[in-house]
Amino acid sequence: MNESSIVRRNDWSGRILFLLLTLFGLLMLAPLVYLTSTAFKPKAELFLFPPRFFVMNPTLLNFTDLLSVTESSLVPFSRYIFNSIIVAGSVVIGGIAIGSMAAYPLSKHKGMPFGRLIFKMIILALMFAPAVTQIPQYLVMTELGMMNTYWALILPGLASPIGLFLMKQFLDQIPDALLEAARIDGANEVHTFRKIIFPLLQPAVATYALFSFIAAWNDSWSASVFTTSDQMKTLPFAIMSISGGVNDIARAGAMAASSFLMIIPTLVVFIVTQRKVMETMAHSGIKG
Amino acid sequence: MSEVIARTSTGKKQKAASLKPGLWAQIVRYRMSYLFLAPFMLLFIMFTVVPVFTAIGLSFTYYNILESPRWVGLLNYKTLFVNDDIFLKAVGNTLKFAVITGPVGYCMSFVLAWLIHQIPHKYRFFYTLCFYTPAITSGTAVAVVWAYLFSGDRYGMINSWAIRLGILDEPWLWLKDVKTILPVLILVSLWMSMGVGFLAFLAGLANVSREMYEAATIDGVKYRWQELWYVTLPAMKPQLLFGAVLTIVSSLQVFDISVALAGNPSTLYAGHVIMTHLNDYAFVRFEMGYAAAIAVVLFLLMVGLNRFIFNILGDKE
Repeated sequence: MNESSIVRRNDWSGRILFLLLTLFGLLMLAPLVYLTSTAFKPKAELFLFPPRFFVMNPTLLNFTDLLSVTESSLVPFSRYIFNSIIVAGSVVIGGIAIGSMAAYPLSKHKGMPFGRLIFKMIILALMFAPAVTQIPQYLVMTELGMMNTYWALILPGLASPIGLFLMKQFLDQIPDALLEAARIDGANEVHTFRKIIFPLLQPAVATYALFSFIAAWNDSWSASVFTTSDQMKTLPFAIMSISGGVNDIARAGAMAASSFLMIIPTLVVFIVTQRKVMETMAHSGIKG
Repeated sequence: MSEVIARTSTGKKQKAASLKPGLWAQIVRYRMSYLFLAPFMLLFIMFTVVPVFTAIGLSFTYYNILESPRWVGLLNYKTLFVNDDIFLKAVGNTLKFAVITGPVGYCMSFVLAWLIHQIPHKYRFFYTLCFYTPAITSGTAVAVVWAYLFSGDRYGMINSWAIRLGILDEPWLWLKDVKTILPVLILVSLWMSMGVGFLAFLAGLANVSREMYEAATIDGVKYRWQELWYVTLPAMKPQLLFGAVLTIVSSLQVFDISVALAGNPSTLYAGHVIMTHLNDYAFVRFEMGYAAAIAVVLFLLMVGLNRFIFNILGDKE
């Protein structure tokens, strides 16, 4: 580690920078703190004038309200949570499986014809948002009869160029000698992949898990286009449908509560994976 | 002895044979590799490659899903750029938005990552969390908070503070007023812009070897900014490129935030962006051919800008 730290140098400019960084960090967190505080506010405080930033008498009422608000509609809130978990879970697990399998030959089978071309295509795919392909995707889904199924929400998210890119870059710095040894011992490719590559790939797998979980969990678009029945919608849709538009103050508490619930899992996944993520991101550069 | 010679000669023969076999033989030899690649490539082709070409094809047609596509040549593009004022407004808004959020968000990511790198190791995680958390929160969910903060009545936190401080006399309709819609969207996006690129910068900074800094000190580098300019930045070129690619893509595809905060359509289309226009034509009016033309324009914009960035930051081969 490079030890040129501000505090150790003990100079004034360093201290001021440290202070500014802290202030700015807290400012960045402020909206999320406000959301949390709003989620626990009782009705009386939501309508308080002038509005207060922090909650005074925290209550869980908004969370129980959330259940009753959605009870009156046909689909219970728990159904949206269930859908979101199924979709995000499948995208993460399936994506790790096919992504790590694809990264192995791209990184370690150098002589493979078209290998470089395929990797160039992956880089090209990094350069545009999947959103530009949404119309044909919609047509494909309709054609295959996958509308209103979990397949429509899961399949397009599985082949993630950025995930494959990160795994391949990470594998590149694992010495080939390890693989040679396994081959001399007579291990076949499947065995090499399962017993050597996949365990070594763990940091990149954790990173993939983080990024694809965030993408799938926060994705409001797929469910709004690929599903028409409320039974199949995911959490972002639920949040939008709780309010009759964001200015509907009557449900402000329930909305803050549902948004709060929506954000917690992404935060937990980041905290769990962060160490391995930083290890992987060190190899994220594009050589151009 | 003769055995050894025989062996080396057959070895040579094998080598010669494997050096120039037909392409097909090579492909057969690597069949396991393709098997490993197959699931990914199948989905990648189905949901990325084919859709790109289909979108390009559709953009030359009139297609409303009910009838089969009818070839109209360049008509969609002509309509887009000549007759569709709202599209031009959307392009203008998107570019205004991207020109600010892209470079500012990118520089902010780097500067913050660099500052975090200067503090002792044990405190770094807290700061990383502060800046990265907004980027991983759902746009739909955080739009709720920002809508409360920028609420147009006296209950809105920002209005309430501004009035108390005497900046405003009466509540300002932040998300309804043409003057403030885009600035608010830009602010919220900047708040969310320390994402994957930021993490890549942080990791890249940690990986610049100590020897390089030591060598630089011997060469007469004294100040922190010299270290940054002569050692850190050149060593991090690949991460900088990776971050730039992600920034360009995300700043041009702004959508969630715009719809959730400003509504669709927003007041006088002040928050209308290319993606909202695309979504409007594709999934509200079902004019798929026209919408595909919008998608192609967006695609070319993203790939074109990225090619440009590659020329600047990429290593010339």
